[in-house]
Amino acid sequence: MLLVELFTQGLVQGSIYALIALGLTLVYGLLRILHVAHAAFFTLGAYVGILVCNASGSLILGFAAAMATAGCAGVITYRLAYEPLLDKPPFVALIASIGLYIASEEAFRVLFGAQGISFVDPPLQQQLLLFGTIRLKMAELLVMIGSLAIIFVLSRLQNGTRLGLACQATVSDPQMAESFGISLRLVRDLNFFVGSALAAFAGVWVALLNNLVEPTMGSVPSYKALAIIVLGGLGSVRGTLAAALVLGVVEAYGTIYLGKLLDRNAIAFAFLILVLMVRPQGLFSRR
Amino acid sequence: MNYEISLMTTMAISVLFALSLNLITGFCGQISLGHAAFLGIGAYLAAMLAKAGVPFLLTLPLAMLLAGAVGTVVGLTSLRVRADFLAITTMGVGFLFVGIIRQREWLGGELGIAGITGSNMSKLGYMLFTVLCAILVMALCIYLRRSWMGRVFNGIAEDEDTMRVLGINVPRYKLAAFAIGTALAGLTGALYAYHFQYIGPDSFGFVESITVLSMVVVGGIGSVAGVTVAAALLSALPAWFQFIGDYKLLVYGSLLFLMIRFVPDGMAGLVRRHLGKRRAEERGK
Repeated sequence: MLLVELFTQGLVQGSIYALIALGLTLVYGLLRILHVAHAAFFTLGAYVGILVCNASGSLILGFAAAMATAGCAGVITYRLAYEPLLDKPPFVALIASIGLYIASEEAFRVLFGAQGISFVDPPLQQQLLLFGTIRLKMAELLVMIGSLAIIFVLSRLQNGTRLGLACQATVSDPQMAESFGISLRLVRDLNFFVGSALAAFAGVWVALLNNLVEPTMGSVPSYKALAIIVLGGLGSVRGTLAAALVLGVVEAYGTIYLGKLLDRNAIAFAFLILVLMVRPQGLFSRR
Repeated sequence: MNYEISLMTTMAISVLFALSLNLITGFCGQISLGHAAFLGIGAYLAAMLAKAGVPFLLTLPLAMLLAGAVGTVVGLTSLRVRADFLAITTMGVGFLFVGIIRQREWLGGELGIAGITGSNMSKLGYMLFTVLCAILVMALCIYLRRSWMGRVFNGIAEDEDTMRVLGINVPRYKLAAFAIGTALAGLTGALYAYHFQYIGPDSFGFVESITVLSMVVVGGIGSVAGVTVAAALLSALPAWFQFIGDYKLLVYGSLLFLMIRFVPDGMAGLVRRHLGKRRAEERGK
């Protein structure tokens, strides 16, 4: 029974990782930048979500506000921070991103305090019993369904709309795409908006699950998400989803059975290194 | 005066650490996001040996040896994965190191190791010793860069495939860069342990790794003088910022971002451009 329960917990964690990593994959695929500051939007989303939900009493409004704010912040970050650095070597943008992330984490601490904030009346906390055996919180069930649905919709949009195809074209060959009349700026803005909004979406879910939002909540997911997009074979949406779920499950089992040897992060990264040594192109890359 | 001596020692240690990463990332172009792990290996080995009564001067080469050996193994990964994949792999190595240390009771676990015996030198003597080490390593770096090996490193950083076509044994040189760089990090770690006389897993985590990388990039990747100045300045910054207390990291992060955003090629690039402009003006006259 423990095995099944761990598996579900792993999937819950994995779907949150997937939401965060997805935005990172979009950015990486487009700009080849390891966007560490992505986790700042995850934290931002969680804060906005809680504040709006507490003020208005509506969780849906909280989600909407969080995603809109983080999305806009993402676009602004792209314009101010990354666009001017695009022709520089990639580690320049990486350092800029790290600086931005450190500053934002501190800004949250200064603005909202180091203790963190919580929901006044946390929604979706009822316990469910699935198939008579698996105990889950409502929020845990919904985050799994929600992230799968969003990723499904996103991949449909990517393959079924002109804009989605424009994004794909830009990923594979920006110059060619531009000469076919695609506005690179529009595509990049859009990707930053969607990616950051997804991170905020994940942030609100984590806030719901833990009923706590802290300034440092983004640091561990940000590194994990980097590991996940590498595992998924950089830039692939489906690969990212699969890698996130696999990592979530590996961590869940690992902490129980290897907890004495290594801590949670070390297990995740040991798994990553192992996979990369065997398959340097990532788990799910066709290359 | 004691405070200044201690600060100076810290700065020399940072310079050493940054130069050791500069060898791998700057000279040879292999990004490492887990360099603090090798600082940690050196520091933990030195701490354990010091507790066992091994003399100071003997622990330094041993720390270099162990860190260099582990570094060579980690360097093997750079033969398998490149660029961003390598960055993430080395980041993973960093997390793995901290994760292993945390769960080892005999290495102090979460609490770390306190009460490490000093080096038997006076504070001033120890400062002079670390500064001397830093100067020696600077000289080594300048020598290396001008040597055949340094030129190959540069070639690998610029374009690995071309070097391969030229018949250069690229893996051997990459491993050499990792071995030398991580051994120097091990040496720095030992000096670190004797200086602070306390080490814990948090001192060698991801934050430390990116701090040192930012020193290298702010200084101007590959430039020995630039990296030295940047490491000295950035390591002293938090101490100078004491007066803004709570906002220390906020200012640090913002400065790092602004610096790299407006001067992407670092201080060395800034100086080079400035000199170039002056020379052009003189020629114009």
